[in-house]
Amino acid sequence: MSTMTHEQTTDHEHHDEHHGAPKGLMRWVLTTNHKDIGSLYLWFSFLMFLTGGAMAMVIRAELFQPGLQLVEPNFFNQMTTVHGLIMVFGAVMPAFTGLANWLIPMMIGAPDMALPRMNNWSFWILPFAFSLLIGSLFMEGGGPNFGWTFYAPLSTTYSPDTTALFVFAVHIMGISSIMGAINVIVTIVNMRAPGMTWMKLPLFVWTWLITAFLLIAVMPVLAGAVTMVLTDKFFGTSFFDAAGGGDPVMFQHIFWFFGHPEVYIMILPSFGIISAIVPAFSRKPLFGYASMVYATASIAILSFLVWAHHMFTTGMPVFAELFFMYCTMLIAVPTGVKVFNWVATMWRGAMTFETPMLFSLAFIILFTIGGFSGLMLAITPADFQYHDTYFVVAHFHYVLVSGAVFSIMAAAYYWLPKWTGYMYDETLGKWHFWCSVVSVNILFFPMHFLGLAGMPRRIPDYAIQFADVNQIVSIGGFAFGLSQLIFLYLVIKCVRGGDKAPAKPWEGSEGLEWTIASPAPYHSFTTPPEVK
Amino acid sequence: MTQTTKSNRKLLTMLILGSVGMFGFGFALVPLYDVLCDALGINGKPQGTASTYEAVVVDKNRTVTIEFIAHVQSGMAWTFTPQVNRIEVHPGQLTHAKFLAHNLSTKDTVGQAIPSVSPGQGAAYFNKTECFCFNQQPLAASATAELPLIFYVDPDLPASINTLTLSYTLYDITGKAVNAIEQGAAK
Ligand SMILES: [Cu+2]
Repeated sequence: MSTMTHEQTTDHEHHDEHHGAPKGLMRWVLTTNHKDIGSLYLWFSFLMFLTGGAMAMVIRAELFQPGLQLVEPNFFNQMTTVHGLIMVFGAVMPAFTGLANWLIPMMIGAPDMALPRMNNWSFWILPFAFSLLIGSLFMEGGGPNFGWTFYAPLSTTYSPDTTALFVFAVHIMGISSIMGAINVIVTIVNMRAPGMTWMKLPLFVWTWLITAFLLIAVMPVLAGAVTMVLTDKFFGTSFFDAAGGGDPVMFQHIFWFFGHPEVYIMILPSFGIISAIVPAFSRKPLFGYASMVYATASIAILSFLVWAHHMFTTGMPVFAELFFMYCTMLIAVPTGVKVFNWVATMWRGAMTFETPMLFSLAFIILFTIGGFSGLMLAITPADFQYHDTYFVVAHFHYVLVSGAVFSIMAAAYYWLPKWTGYMYDETLGKWHFWCSVVSVNILFFPMHFLGLAGMPRRIPDYAIQFADVNQIVSIGGFAFGLSQLIFLYLVIKCVRGGDKAPAKPWEGSEGLEWTIASPAPYHSFTTPPEVK
Repeated sequence: MTQTTKSNRKLLTMLILGSVGMFGFGFALVPLYDVLCDALGINGKPQGTASTYEAVVVDKNRTVTIEFIAHVQSGMAWTFTPQVNRIEVHPGQLTHAKFLAHNLSTKDTVGQAIPSVSPGQGAAYFNKTECFCFNQQPLAASATAELPLIFYVDPDLPASINTLTLSYTLYDITGKAVNAIEQGAAK
C-alpha cells in the first residue's frame, strides 16, 4: 500500500513539473483547480461588490437632499432591492466561497476540493444568474422593486412581469451555493490529512463546515419561497393570497426561516477569519479554541429559533413575541464568548498592526456595535419603534459591511502573499484601512439617529428635518465607495509584482497553508502532510 | 483513492437528499402553518364554516364590545362598510349584523370577503351561524347588496378579552370565479 502511494506521488510530481496552469481563456472556463476557482469567485464577488456599491451610490445621491432629484421612486425601489440582492448573494457569499476554495484544501492538507467538476459548475452558473437579475433592470416594467425580502403581496400582486427572471436568478444562486456547500462538507469530512483530527481543524474550516450545513438547510427553503411567489403570480395559486385562502404573513414566516440563518451564513466564516488573524498578529495561540467551536455550533442551532424577531409588528401573540425575544437575546451569549476570546488572545500578546490586523480589530469593535443594536432590536416593545426605520439599516450594515466585508478584506490582505507570491503595498493597505474605517462610520453611525428620529427605510424622499444628517451619511457613502478603489488598485499591483513573499510572511501565523511555497503551487499537498 | 471516491459518493448522495428534503420542508411549512395556527388559535383566522346555535347559555353579567371593520382590496371599485361600527353583546347572545356592499363599476364583479379576528386568541370564540363570507358574492354593475352576518360569542371567552374586532377584507375574485364556473361546466 505504502509503496503504491509512493509511486503514484512521484508520478504526480513529475507530471506537475511539465504542466503548471494551462494557458488561455479556456483555462478559466474549464478549470477544476480549487485555486483557480477560488480566484474566479473572489474576482466575481469584487465585481459584484462594485456593482452593488454603484447602486448604493445612486441611493445615497438621491437621498443627499430631500425631494426627488435624480431618479423616479420606482427606480429607487429597484436600486434598494437589487443592491441588497447583489451584496448578499453576489458579493458576500461568493467571497466566502472563494476563500473556502482557496484555503480549505490548503488548511486541511488536501490536494483539491473533493468534487472538482461540481466546483466548476457551481461557479459558472453564478454570472448567468446575475446577468439575468441585472438585465431585468433594463427590461419593460423594470427589475424587482419589492425589497430584497420580496414580501408578498409586493412580489406577487404588485410586482413587474420580470419577477419571473428574479425567481429564476434566485433559483440559480441557490443551486450554486448548495453545490458549494456540499463540496465544502465532503472535502472537510473525507479529505483531511492524516492526523488532522476534528479538534485540530483551523477555525476557518470549522466555521465554514457549520456554515455549509446552514446553507443546505435553508437555501432550499428560499428556493421554495420564490417558487411559491412564482406560482402565485403567474399560475393562479394562493399560497400568500388571502382571497384564495392563503396568508401573506406566512410568506414572512417562510422567508425568515431562511433569512435568519442566512445572516449567520454571512458572518460565521468571518469569525473563522478573525480567529486566524488575531492570534497571528498577537503572536499567541487563540484563547479558548474549543469554546469557539462550541459557540459557533450553538449560534447555528439557535439561528433556527429566532426568525420571528423580524415580525414583531405582525400581530403575533404575546407568548410568541416573548419566546422569540428571549431566544434572540440568548444568541448574544455564544457571540460574547467569541468576542471575549479574541480580546483574551490579544491580552499581553506581542501585537503588531499590519493591515489584516487593523481590519480584524475594526471588525471586532464595529461588529460588536452592530451586535448591540441587534440586541436593542430584539427587545419586542422597543422594536415597535425601530421597526422598518433607518435604525435597522444602520444595524445590519454594521454587521455586514464593517463586519462581514471587513473580515473579507482582512482575509484578502492576510492571504494575498500566499496567493500571489508578492507582498502587497503596506502603505496603500493602511490608506485603504483608514479611509474605509473613518468613512464607514460617517456612513452608518448617523443612520442610528435617523432611525430613532423616525425616518423610514426604503424611501426616495424624506421629511425636511432629516436633511442635514442624510447629507453627512451620503458624504460618508461616497467616501467609502471611493476608498474601495484603493483596494482594487492595491490587489492588481500585488498580482503584478512586488517584494517576493516567503512561504510564511507573517511571523506569528499558524497552519498548513504556510508550510507550502508562496505563491502556492498550482498543485499542493499531492502527498498528504503528516499532522502531529 | 477508490475508497475516498466511494465515501465521497455516499456523502454526496446524503447531502443532495438533504437539500431536496429541505426544499420539500419549505412547502410542508404551508400546511404546518395552518395546523399550528389552528391548534394554537394564534393568527386570528375564525372558523370557515357555520356553527350551530344550540343550548348556549347567555351570560347576562358580562358585556363584550364587538367592533366591525371592512376593507376593500385596492383597485376594486366597490364600497363595503359595516352598518354599525360597534355593538355591545352578552356572551352567548345570538346577534344579527349587516354589511353594505355597492359595486361602483360598470362590470359585474364577484367578491370574496376574508374575515380576521383581533386579538388572535379570541378568534376561536367568535362563532358565526351565518356569514356572507362563507360564499362568493356576485354583484352586478352598479348594484347594492346587504350582506348578513349572524354570530354569537362563546361564553368561555377568556376574561382578559373585553373587545373583539372583526375585520373583513373584500377581494375581487371575478377572474378566478369565472374559471371555476367554466371548469364546472366542462365537467
Ligand atoms: Cu434575524
